[in-house]
Amino acid sequence: MTSTTEQFADLSATTLLRFATAGSVDDGKSTLVGRLLHDSKSVLTDQLEAVERVSASRGQDTPDLALLTDGLRAEREQGITIDVAYRYFATARRRFILADTPGHVQYTRNMVTGASTADLAVVLVDARNGVIEQTRRHAAVAALLRVPHVVLAVNKMDLVGYEEAVFASIAEEFTAYATGLGVPEITAIPISALAGDNVVEPSANMDWYGGPTVLEHLETVPVSHDLTACPARFPVQYVIRPQTAEHPDYRGYAGQIASGVLRVGEAVTVLPSGRTSVIEGIDALGESVDIAWAPQSVTLRLKDDIDISRGDLIAPSSSSPATTQDVVATVCHVADQPLAVGARVLIKHTTRTVKAIVKEIPSRLTLDDLSQHPNPGQLVANDIGRVVVRTAEPLALDSYADSRRTGSFLLIDPADGTTLAAGMVGESFASTAETTVQADEEGWDF
Amino acid sequence: MTATVAHVHEGTDAPYALSHLDALESEAVHIFREVAGEFEKPVILFSGGKDSIVMLHLALKAFAPAPVPFTLLHVDTGHNFPEVLDYRDRAVARHGLRLHVASVQEYIDAGKLRERPDGVRNPLQTVPLTEAIQQLKFDAVFGGGRRDEEKARAKERVFSLRDEFSQWDPRRQRPELWNLYNGRHAPGEHVRIFPLSNWTELDVWQYIAREKIELPEIYFAHEREVFQRNGMWLTAGEWGGAKDGETTETRLIRYRTVGDMSCTGAVDSDATTLDAVITEIAASRLTERGATRADDKLSEAAMEDRKREGYF
Repeated sequence: MTSTTEQFADLSATTLLRFATAGSVDDGKSTLVGRLLHDSKSVLTDQLEAVERVSASRGQDTPDLALLTDGLRAEREQGITIDVAYRYFATARRRFILADTPGHVQYTRNMVTGASTADLAVVLVDARNGVIEQTRRHAAVAALLRVPHVVLAVNKMDLVGYEEAVFASIAEEFTAYATGLGVPEITAIPISALAGDNVVEPSANMDWYGGPTVLEHLETVPVSHDLTACPARFPVQYVIRPQTAEHPDYRGYAGQIASGVLRVGEAVTVLPSGRTSVIEGIDALGESVDIAWAPQSVTLRLKDDIDISRGDLIAPSSSSPATTQDVVATVCHVADQPLAVGARVLIKHTTRTVKAIVKEIPSRLTLDDLSQHPNPGQLVANDIGRVVVRTAEPLALDSYADSRRTGSFLLIDPADGTTLAAGMVGESFASTAETTVQADEEGWDF
Repeated sequence: MTATVAHVHEGTDAPYALSHLDALESEAVHIFREVAGEFEKPVILFSGGKDSIVMLHLALKAFAPAPVPFTLLHVDTGHNFPEVLDYRDRAVARHGLRLHVASVQEYIDAGKLRERPDGVRNPLQTVPLTEAIQQLKFDAVFGGGRRDEEKARAKERVFSLRDEFSQWDPRRQRPELWNLYNGRHAPGEHVRIFPLSNWTELDVWQYIAREKIELPEIYFAHEREVFQRNGMWLTAGEWGGAKDGETTETRLIRYRTVGDMSCTGAVDSDATTLDAVITEIAASRLTERGATRADDKLSEAAMEDRKREGYF
């Protein structure tokens, strides 16, 4: 471990990795997160003292690292974790943002939330229990959200005698399952969060394992450059028109590049109008550049004075998306009020929000066994289902498989603004997962 | 101004990578522009402290070469550091902005608020803040809060919905999906916006250094007459001073955060430059608030309770 000063000697050139954890309290998730923060020297003296105080007052002889992450009074009182918490730590190589998602209550909604911005997901398994229903659900959510990298952390190896065979069979079963769902990259790591094996420090108890520790893997995994491999997409957020003596004719389109690379001189099409122009200049927050890429926030200037406003999408003329008013997608329902066929909603896609009607809910998906239940009529909190939505105006959609930024949307209740559902355009999984269609004899789960 | 592209490839292993500061900057600018596009009357809480200075800097960049389309609001406890108020007024003048000041002192003078026995005024900011939001009809309020600051804030959202009483209900938070922020709200409700949610203290300082942003001088080491209370070095002022048994001495100190003089402590430091400050922070073994803010030490759940009331 380097000294702290060395550790931060040159952080200006580090990259940022966003990752999410999935697993329950029983799997030791809080301990794993606490261990990552503690062993990477991200826990500071006063935080640690507070943890030691509380642990001692509860009669525990070692500090309970899980306490580092239990945030709200209600959680401390009930010993549960509600909602997603965001945590921050850094090493000499990288800055990390961790979306810490609770493993049980509202688990689907929370994991979907955490995974939506994650480049990597850590799925935690108790070595004594192996791959259970919940593990399969976590794998399915990671696959559904197209998280580029998945880590299987097989925890509590100390309780199974650090046996390689136990780890190997769990890793094999999980990898087969997740690969079947189309997860592109899986790394299995045997750990003991409590004892610290293979979290930050390599384990002396498992010399049969030659791979990276959890932190080493987090530090070296490629940060999602798939954003720049796709065709360019630029949702217009805001039109900048100073109309001052100094800038009488400046007209810039401000936004964050959702995917791909944009260059000066490139021919572009504006959607949904279909008008075309050429990129005349790119202002990258205070300086002119010839090239910019996702996820940079920039301002584009075009050669022609055409009518463009917030909600429009600028894309290369050579590969612009089709526009449609019929959205076929997978949604995760995240609200307490149900979503029924016929519901009038708002759909928020990139910077555009339009009215829409839920035309059909063809099926509901059970994550435990990936079975599909036809025509459930409505979706309730934490349900995953297929929907067909008709929009009042055309949207320039990509498939979520091609672009997580321009293939995702929210459904919003126009009455009170509640976010009802998180939507992903196109097919649910990268590969055709084995799904069994069942007659829906259960009715709705109220 | 640092060239975005010039330092992109250093320390990264791929073309089209962004340094973490560029990624955080792009995200914050995206948040400012979303609010400009979706709200009627946004306001930036601006105290002249470093987080609000960084917020203003990002807002200036987000809309350049046009002016920032937001007004500023400062809830003045009446016990602020004069150097910071001076900076505040100069920044407002330089960028041609409008500043509203909600004054805790005026509320006390009018009998609408009562001074606490300990003289600490930070908790008294809630009422002037929420009333200013109601009276001036702001629908989006930018704050410099960061999720790394304290455990209750780890659950805060970038867009945080508040009811007409400005109350925060952690169970009513909307999930934060992708970068799709849902700011819809009923009349009378407003949304608190935290563009620095994903920044750490170190990120803020590194960004200040990279962008060469000027700060009030009390952030750098200087000699000052201070006295010790509750393990913190405090500066005497109109709010009060050393009591029996507390002795005043001259020390070389700097401030890591800037709030109300009565509850903002200084740290011993000889860091007179940004680089020296960053080195000191990187090596520091105390979190920012734990070291310097008495108000967070009130109780383990203090911050959570005050967020619920409408304080940040």
